[in-house]
Amino acid sequence: MRIRLTVNGAGVEADIEPATLLSALLRERLGLTGTHQGCDTGQCGACTVHVDGRAVKSCLMLAAQADGRRVLTIEGVAEGEALHPVQRAFRDRHALQCGFCTPGMVMTALDLVGRLDTADEGAIRHGLAGNLCRCTGYRPIVEAIAESIRARRGDG
Amino acid sequence: MHPFRYLRPESAAEAVAARGEDDETRYLAGGQSLLPALKLRLAHPSVLIDIARLPELRTLRRHQGGLEAGAALTHAEIAGLDDIPALAALAGSIGDLQIRNMGTLGGSLAHNDPASDHAAAVLGLGATVRTDRREIAADGFFLDMFETALEPDELIVSVNFPRPRRAGYAKVRNPASGYPVVGVFVAETDGGIRVAVTGAGGCVFRLPDFEAALADNFRPGALAGLATPVNGLNRDIHATAEYRAHLIGVLAGRAVERCR
Repeated sequence: MRIRLTVNGAGVEADIEPATLLSALLRERLGLTGTHQGCDTGQCGACTVHVDGRAVKSCLMLAAQADGRRVLTIEGVAEGEALHPVQRAFRDRHALQCGFCTPGMVMTALDLVGRLDTADEGAIRHGLAGNLCRCTGYRPIVEAIAESIRARRGDG
Repeated sequence: MHPFRYLRPESAAEAVAARGEDDETRYLAGGQSLLPALKLRLAHPSVLIDIARLPELRTLRRHQGGLEAGAALTHAEIAGLDDIPALAALAGSIGDLQIRNMGTLGGSLAHNDPASDHAAAVLGLGATVRTDRREIAADGFFLDMFETALEPDELIVSVNFPRPRRAGYAKVRNPASGYPVVGVFVAETDGGIRVAVTGAGGCVFRLPDFEAALADNFRPGALAGLATPVNGLNRDIHATAEYRAHLIGVLAGRAVERCR
């Protein structure tokens, strides 16, 4: 089947098998390997991307379900060499160790920063429940997201 | 996954016509339960019918008595509705953020997982499930593990939630899966007190003796001394039936405390 979607602002057309996962389309067909495939069972969140502005797990979504939608991957977050403020906060807070979970963490963080009105630690941790970090780096990740929320509100 | 064809009809009627009555075709809503089942080859339909974008299933109607929510509204969308705070809080506690952004109310009900959160709200509030052909009261909808009153090709269109006088939900989550080990929804409705339990049995069920006790005295203390029979409760590596029976009492009390 043929699908048309927008990926990081650019129109994409692809002939796919209907069973193709969105994660496979992004990684294998479009070469966007910043979206990581950790568990392939929907547990780890490393494959998180945005579809129409909302964080979803691309290994739990068919590429066909994204037909006609806007997809944003980690490759589309920075403006050229200029990191997005959330990415800067991750760097400044050392919110990564091995980096495998980081693309998914950043994509979920972007959804959370847009969604949460206050930098409440409990709400941030609840929002991060679908992203696993096995380097036990949650504290700096939570701090980076809290800092991003405060900065967005202008009281950081 | 086994190969399949993918259809995205434009209307509910077209979807139902494509569905047929065997297991070769399946409706696909958010896919947060169905895709894992396909990957494990627990299900291998030859046709998937994507219903997530059907306009009839994406409606939201507020009325004097409550809220009629389209079946394809996501958990995140339900969580953002402040009409019935206990329902919003329950939807906001399902799975994780990404799953709430994809998973749908109707998909969750049709799947009828033994530990479905939404099932507890639908039964606890005494909601009505509207399909392409009829209305089904919550009390007759949930039959058993992964079994509902739906006919094979019957499509959930919306769920009508009556606004309760007060309601609350409390659960203990399995930390790995996020599903409730046990969840209890308590509501004072115009039709009386309703107590619905999820995660503990084959599917969601009510507790008449808890309801009677709370009708006399709507306080957690009214539940003291009430025991849930262990017979028929789930037992697995996460919790014994005895532990689940204990949790039902504890969580019913917490749900009462949370009622507003």
